[in-house]
Amino acid sequence: MATVLAVPSLGENLRHAPETANQALDSTLDSVDRAEELAVRMARSAGFDEDDLVKIGMAVRESMVNAVVHGNRYNSNKKVHFSVATGPERFTVTIADEGEGFEYRNLPDPLSAENIMRTSGRGIFLIRSFMDEFQIRRLEPGGTEVTLVKYMVSK
Amino acid sequence: MSVKLNTRQVGDVSVIDVSGRITLGEGSSTLRDALRGLVTQGQKKILLNLGEVSYIDSSGIGELVSGFTSVTNSGGELKLLNLTKRVKDLLQITKLYTVFDVHESEASAVRSFA
Repeated sequence: MATVLAVPSLGENLRHAPETANQALDSTLDSVDRAEELAVRMARSAGFDEDDLVKIGMAVRESMVNAVVHGNRYNSNKKVHFSVATGPERFTVTIADEGEGFEYRNLPDPLSAENIMRTSGRGIFLIRSFMDEFQIRRLEPGGTEVTLVKYMVSK
Repeated sequence: MSVKLNTRQVGDVSVIDVSGRITLGEGSSTLRDALRGLVTQGQKKILLNLGEVSYIDSSGIGELVSGFTSVTNSGGELKLLNLTKRVKDLLQITKLYTVFDVHESEASAVRSFA
């Protein structure tokens, strides 16, 4: 596991200093907690308010659960590649699993009448609700990568 | 910290006081087991007090839905009490707020059971 943190130069506003972190996490629920905690900590340092911190935390949690449970299926031989980057205008989280990929273009609508009482299927909907941008792409030779973006709030 | 449950009776209503995190893993499975246990015992009136729930994810939401369906299919009623802002917001976003009978007072919730 490697964590890379960019060190801001002298004179920069440290409250909004650019920062990045990259980790290769095990496919466990403990990794979900750790990723969420790291993302929220960096988002707090970047100046997001409590409402946005809740949203970012939840979006990261849902994405990590998808990677651990559905992508890597808790396989101890597979990693979840997690990165967070704080920029002047965007807070970006990228999560990639090493699974087989999935068909993400026609996901069932969890709000529809036939799906509203389903016990699962709300994760991606919630991520899209909480973040300003959300992208999914299939990786070659296998896996899925999601990118979550929250726009920085100008103070 | 995961979830803690305390089950008590108020008349013929089973009240489950839930505190902590209802998330994928121990949290959601603990709630699932408690609700299944009450249904198996034949309890028809179940009130989930969520006033101390600090966190819930989509899996936790799924357990609420699953519990509602199980209790309803067994001829009973499952209602919710004391939603925190976080839980209320999630239920509203997912259009589930109107599915559940939500109360802010335990007394009124208990009276509302048929």
